[in-house]
Amino acid sequence: MKHLALATGCLLATQAVAETPVLNVYTYESFTSEWGPGPQIEAGFEAECGCDVVFTGLGDGAALLSRVRLEGERSEADVVLGLDTSLMAQAKETGLFAPTSASADYDLPIAWTDETFVPFDWGYFAFVANVGEDHPSSFEALAASDASIVIQDPRSSTPGLGLLMWVKAVYGDRAPEIWDALSDNILTVTPGWSEAYGLFLDGEADMVLSYTTSPAYHIIAEGDETKEAVPFDEGHYMQVEIAGKLAASDQPELADAFLQYLLGAEAQGVLPETNWMYPAVMPEGGLAAGFNQVVTPDKALLLSPEEAQSLRDEALAEWQAALAR
Amino acid sequence: MAGRAGPLGRAAGGAAGLALVVLLVAPLVMTFLKAGEGRLPGPAEYGALRFTLVQATLSAILSVLVALPVARALARRRFPGRRLFVTLTGAPFLLPVAVAVLGLLAVFGARGWVNDLLGLAGLGPWRIYGLHGVVLAHVFFNMPLATRMLLQGWSAIPAERFRLAATLDLPPGQVFRLLEWPMLRQVVPGALAAIFAICLGSFSVALILGGGPRATTLELAIYQAFLFDFDLGRAALLALMQSGVVALAAVISLRLARMDGSGSGLGRERQRWDAPGGWRRALDCVWLVLAGLFLTLPLLALVLDGIGGLADLPARIWPAMGNSVAISLGCAALTVCLSLALSAPMARWSEGLGLMPLALSPLVLGTGYFLILNIWVSPARLALPVTLLVNTLMALPFCLRLIAPAWARAEADHGRLASQLGLTGPARLRWLLLPRMRGALGFGAGIAAALSMGDLGVITLFGSPERETLPLLMYRLLGAYRTDAASGAALVLLAMSFGIFFLFDRLGGRDA
Repeated sequence: MKHLALATGCLLATQAVAETPVLNVYTYESFTSEWGPGPQIEAGFEAECGCDVVFTGLGDGAALLSRVRLEGERSEADVVLGLDTSLMAQAKETGLFAPTSASADYDLPIAWTDETFVPFDWGYFAFVANVGEDHPSSFEALAASDASIVIQDPRSSTPGLGLLMWVKAVYGDRAPEIWDALSDNILTVTPGWSEAYGLFLDGEADMVLSYTTSPAYHIIAEGDETKEAVPFDEGHYMQVEIAGKLAASDQPELADAFLQYLLGAEAQGVLPETNWMYPAVMPEGGLAAGFNQVVTPDKALLLSPEEAQSLRDEALAEWQAALAR
Repeated sequence: MAGRAGPLGRAAGGAAGLALVVLLVAPLVMTFLKAGEGRLPGPAEYGALRFTLVQATLSAILSVLVALPVARALARRRFPGRRLFVTLTGAPFLLPVAVAVLGLLAVFGARGWVNDLLGLAGLGPWRIYGLHGVVLAHVFFNMPLATRMLLQGWSAIPAERFRLAATLDLPPGQVFRLLEWPMLRQVVPGALAAIFAICLGSFSVALILGGGPRATTLELAIYQAFLFDFDLGRAALLALMQSGVVALAAVISLRLARMDGSGSGLGRERQRWDAPGGWRRALDCVWLVLAGLFLTLPLLALVLDGIGGLADLPARIWPAMGNSVAISLGCAALTVCLSLALSAPMARWSEGLGLMPLALSPLVLGTGYFLILNIWVSPARLALPVTLLVNTLMALPFCLRLIAPAWARAEADHGRLASQLGLTGPARLRWLLLPRMRGALGFGAGIAAALSMGDLGVITLFGSPERETLPLLMYRLLGAYRTDAASGAALVLLAMSFGIFFLFDRLGGRDA
């Protein structure tokens, strides 16, 4: 009897929980960490939706997409947050994502027309270096200099893939030649962003591939003004981070509401100083002063998702061939 | 030998072997089943295979070559703090990869201590990046394993033999030929194969220290197939290729290894009568000092680096530590049970089988389990149990390598007497085998616990909404620019991996 009572109790408890709808959001690891935007956005949306938001952190953007593809239509995820435009065409091809009603008046350097994915933040890739040193102002100048750089592997990291696209966007067919010239500047290649950035902070290399907004972290959170992003005359490639709703979601309205919340003033205000990227919609008060100190490129570069998709394999092969020598 | 295993032993071994085969083969099959269109491995993948073989072979040979004089010196010298020395120099093997790389760079990096010294001497900076860096790191990780395996071999030579050699006044050369060489023939192939297999799966160390795509290993090619191309078929094929190489190495090593011919002793306290003095003594001393510096300086650097970050650690460190300890203890218990079961038949097939998990990419293993679980339940809910399972499989080869020979030796030395006394089944295990295997059991459990503690592995693949382990916390701190706190977390991780190993090894007691 005791067991029966216990079992019934459990069953009732489960049902009570089931009455609160649950929104499952898959995102990359650093988004959901204590220091990322995850916790504040979760609390903010839960306050207005009467639902339970569950973030699941998974490696980075590429790992995220693989995961959704592995799960297919059986996925428990309602929203995937943290892919970027380089992965967007691939993500669409899976047919796992559904158009969303969420939209906003974006403050992006580019026009946004896609109806499946919404951009929630963005940044410029850049090499970050120590203030006070002489820095090259283009890839060609970098190749001619003896500065050492650490980059990420495009096969396992989204910034690494972004760099491939950056070189391709600037130099087109000359990309192999540029990689060839750069190969003696590349100290090493790491599997992910954090290893590369760690090597740079430890003084292993002169520069590291990161974002123009990285120095803002050091200024705002650490009061450290010794890091700066190096402006390149030829322009900077952008990373636009996107989120989308899964077609198989059992909470489609809630998912749309979440995406809309993500684009709202509250969430957008949280992103800059937790994710260290620019908000997709500028909050009314603007950004913290530290962001004014960072470089703003004159020219923004971005390949369309379709171009990025079609150039991916070729660009990777060129990169591998040049650096394997 | 196999004839002497009881029916119970054969049944236990058979069951464990079968479970192991299913656990290893099912994920591969599942990955193949799920594979859609893709391309076959091409020149890039064969290049990766070549580099993988070269670095793994070099790393294995060098690790064992360096370990030989060190283990010999340890076996025949007695000095204050020897036990501490043995334990400390074993530590790098237990270190999480990401942590160890930080320590190595603090010593060998551009601003490391070695370059500081070179700078004082007016010599140019030495760069660690390249094949030499990969091999250096692998020797750092694996030489401790080789040393411990060899040391166990040396201490397994019965003390009576050395006493006899001393009575006969045999010169060192003869002692080597008659006593040490037969032992080495038995132990060295196993050590080579184990280290070769470990280095085969290397991925981030090879990429970071190898200096770029030149240093692409098979494991990285698997990552590419899986993450970049989402080509599950190619990922599984590459994983199969990796398993094939390890299986080949395991077969060769088992063929080369010969059973110990030195017979049994009374297990008395070893006292080396042959330890020669003079220049040999000085040389032993040099080897010990060099090995000690090489293996402990990076650890020291990690400690110095991490102390400052301890204050920055978030409160979440506590539950993370709890989760890590739980996984680690579970992994130690499971691994030891599985190793005992596989040791019971005292057959080569079961020992060879136990090595196979080394051959499987954790990524493919994890993905396979993911696909299987996904049929019934959301895999994220089972992230911790699956982590436990994968960690157990990954630790099994090391644990089995220690326990199986100890079991065989106990049987060879005392089995006949036990059989005459009618000591069979569980009683034999309780009264004969377990007490004689204490050292190996403690060491094996310690290794399993420590390896599992430091493993980041599949938990990032599965993702877990709430549960956080210590390595995952460190990874998150790094991803959030919190480098100081991450160093602090690395230090905690180091202390815990090391502490739990030390505890088990102490419980095991006497050997070494």
